[in-house]
Amino acid sequence: MDAMSQLRRQLHEHTAYLRKEGFLDDQFEQLQKLQDENSPDFVVEVVSIFFEDSEKLLNNMARALEQKIVDFKQVDAHVHQFKGSSASIGAMRVKNVCIEFRNYCEAQNVEELFGCRCFRCIQKLQYEYALLKNQLEYLFRVEQQIRAAGG
Amino acid sequence: MGMAAEAQFHVLAVDDSHLDRKLIEMLLKTSSYHVTAVDSGTKALEFLGVHEDEQNQANTPSVFPNDHHQDVDVNLIITDYCMPGMTGYDLLRKIKESKSLKDIPVVIMSSDNIPSRINRCLEEGAEEFFLKPVQLSDVSKLRPHLLKGIAKESQPNIDNIKAMEESHSPDRTRTNYNGLEVA
Repeated sequence: MDAMSQLRRQLHEHTAYLRKEGFLDDQFEQLQKLQDENSPDFVVEVVSIFFEDSEKLLNNMARALEQKIVDFKQVDAHVHQFKGSSASIGAMRVKNVCIEFRNYCEAQNVEELFGCRCFRCIQKLQYEYALLKNQLEYLFRVEQQIRAAGG
Repeated sequence: MGMAAEAQFHVLAVDDSHLDRKLIEMLLKTSSYHVTAVDSGTKALEFLGVHEDEQNQANTPSVFPNDHHQDVDVNLIITDYCMPGMTGYDLLRKIKESKSLKDIPVVIMSSDNIPSRINRCLEEGAEEFFLKPVQLSDVSKLRPHLLKGIAKESQPNIDNIKAMEESHSPDRTRTNYNGLEVA
């Protein structure tokens, strides 16, 4: 198998893997369908915006949870935004953690247990996001290699 | 200079999320619409030619017959619901309260599926309510609303739309069309 076919197979298999493991859902495929000759970098551009937004939101969430008196409405607002952007690119696992997180915030229960749950949620969120970022960056590297090889 | 290019409908997209703005812009462009995307309701009203003092006042009665000019030609407005400051619902109301803008179809987008919210928007005059993430199939639902807008206008205006890219028309609703892209 030549290098190009190998790369293409890598790309195909990895995308399928990400779909199967639930990292990405149909929405990601919609983004790929929108990409065309006039906007050949559309997916990478959108995902880059997602990375920027996500990092900002995760920082904001962490800071809000560090306050002596936590403003859960504020935390919830950040998670809501994150849920929206992850849904927009098809980041299913991240989106689902956001939904779980919001359920805790909405409960507005100021017990220590609840506070711990929030912290656990944000850790889960950070973990899932880091995983996804890794996966997508790998995907884009393979795509780049294909393009560089004339594909 | 006699070539009348096929006129594109001009859609104004409003969303505070950079990501969602990029998405909706792409969806609209793929569907052959000319798009202007702004990040707030205030900027949307500015773009539509509603000046700050008008924005803050209640529906001021128009004294002069030609005072409700529009700076640019927008055929449809699609706006996110949840935005800081002016929500999509607030924007919808302001548009429906404006003599010069009330006939522009407005579509609301939201990531939350809240029936009472949806009903409120539709009752206030929104043509459609799309759940995010918005799909190409949603965008295809815009066409009838845009075509209805054309039919409402008188014949001379239909010719004006066909020659949109051409010289200025003396018509009061098309004074300063210049296709500015505001991101």
